[in-house]
Amino acid sequence: MSTLEFHNVVKEYRLRGGWHGRALKAVKNASFTVESGKTVALVGQSGSGKSTIAKLLMQLERPTSGSIMLDGVPVQRRGAGLRQYRRDVQMVFQDPFASLNPFHTVGHHLARPLKLHGKAKTPDEVDAAVAELLTRVSLDPEAAHKHPHEMSGGQRQRVAIARALAPEPKILVADEPVSMLDVSIRLGVLNLLADLQREKNLGVLYITHDLATARHFSDEIMVMYQGEIVEAGPSDEVILNPQHPYTQLLAEAAPNPEKRLAQ
Amino acid sequence: METTLEVISPAAPAPAPVTAKKVRRRPRSAKLVAGLAIAGAITLFGLVGPWVLGDPNAISNDTLAAPGNGMWLGTTQTGQDVLAQLAYATRGSLIIGVLVGLMAIVASAFFGIVGAYIGGWVDEGFSLITNVMLVIPGLPLVIVISSYVPDKGLLLIAGVLALTSWAGGARVLRAVTLSLRNRDYVAASRVSGEKTWRILLIEILPNLMPVLASQMVFAVIFAILGEAGLAFIGLGASGTWTWGSMLFYAQNGLALRLGAWWWFVPPGLLIAVFGAALSLINFSIDEIINPKLRDQTLATRKRWAKNAPKVTVTTGTGR
Repeated sequence: MSTLEFHNVVKEYRLRGGWHGRALKAVKNASFTVESGKTVALVGQSGSGKSTIAKLLMQLERPTSGSIMLDGVPVQRRGAGLRQYRRDVQMVFQDPFASLNPFHTVGHHLARPLKLHGKAKTPDEVDAAVAELLTRVSLDPEAAHKHPHEMSGGQRQRVAIARALAPEPKILVADEPVSMLDVSIRLGVLNLLADLQREKNLGVLYITHDLATARHFSDEIMVMYQGEIVEAGPSDEVILNPQHPYTQLLAEAAPNPEKRLAQ
Repeated sequence: METTLEVISPAAPAPAPVTAKKVRRRPRSAKLVAGLAIAGAITLFGLVGPWVLGDPNAISNDTLAAPGNGMWLGTTQTGQDVLAQLAYATRGSLIIGVLVGLMAIVASAFFGIVGAYIGGWVDEGFSLITNVMLVIPGLPLVIVISSYVPDKGLLLIAGVLALTSWAGGARVLRAVTLSLRNRDYVAASRVSGEKTWRILLIEILPNLMPVLASQMVFAVIFAILGEAGLAFIGLGASGTWTWGSMLFYAQNGLALRLGAWWWFVPPGLLIAVFGAALSLINFSIDEIINPKLRDQTLATRKRWAKNAPKVTVTTGTGR
């Protein structure tokens, strides 16, 4: 059981230009909680600060102010504390064509986190663990010897998911995991994520701009608009009874077959 | 002269059958094979020659003799065997080239890649050093340094040449690294918990390999030409044979005025041919990095074939 908390997190980027430069507030005062066993969706348009939140979560960026806490303890910036954090919180990147190194085999991508986090030590253990990871994401264990360019987008994203699962995390951040995939295979990847979430009792932060899948897969939805979380609550509540004008706009824009049939 | 051609001649027919067989599948290999064959033949000559041929400094009574009479490349003013000198000079020039190439590539990789990856003040500092080195004119600095040092060894000359040649490469590597460091797979390995040096060496460096390889080849060409220039004006490594020092002695011995072409043509020709071979290798590496270049030449070739079938034959062999 783990909880990941954001407390009044602000992230400003300094923009160059002019005499003093300007500050861009990418995230304004965000507070939320992700718990084991729950899926929270973060919905917003491009540039609303969703991916900045993912970067802040993965310690790829440092918050300007505010704190990020895992199980009530502020996250360490370096050393053993950061390593422990990386073991507990992992991420699936948006673009499977960019998130795998073209030079290395699939096996390398999965073996590294296993070794780094001490999940497997001897080469035999590593091979076995890699094969098991690949089976868990419904890929052929033989795929370990392939290079990323020999695989399809969906297969690559499965590899990326397997890599994120390698350290056996408790919280998984999925940054638009299907937006770069063909529509026909999106559901498969999303269902895989949902199955793994149930199986391992993961806490998932599902970042997306697609309200429909957010409602389908998550327990709670947060809506982000221009760096602010403008609305948060249980999925159905947010979708069926939107309060903020931007959420209303989003809900309107989402294709709704029932409404169309009624017309 | 004849032997020079003999050294290179195995290279010339070699690419021809390959071109004929493989041209449809992999047109780039013709350039690569030609370049590798010529460079390989010259390297072999530099490696084996000094063992087989005699002492380049041994003098004889047979002064300034034209090729023939057992001396394949004739003799110098003091009766030294030009072929033996050429073998030792090839070895010397290649050693300088490889040494400078390695040192320059290590320096530019360090300043370019590490600075760009770490960013911030380190990047600013490294960029400053690179830019300063870039605007310092190379050859004059080399002349000043090497004229101050009385006892010039091979290593010193190589060091000076490397010092003045790494900066351009560092800028290119910095630009490429800046684009690579923002790729998702670098972020992903940071998320996995990889250490910085491992990300640099295992994740980023392999993707820079084609760039590094072509820069290395370029650095070798630069070094050999630079050394030849230095040695020709008498500032080369003392007591070492290189193509440049051969030209220097030939110039001092009035080879040009006496019409002793066998003395200065072989080293000059080898410099040109070796430079051309390395350029061919470099072009093919470029085409591997940037397939657009390959497509362009392919398309052009096809157009030639359509418009004028007879021209294709000459361009095909000439290239």
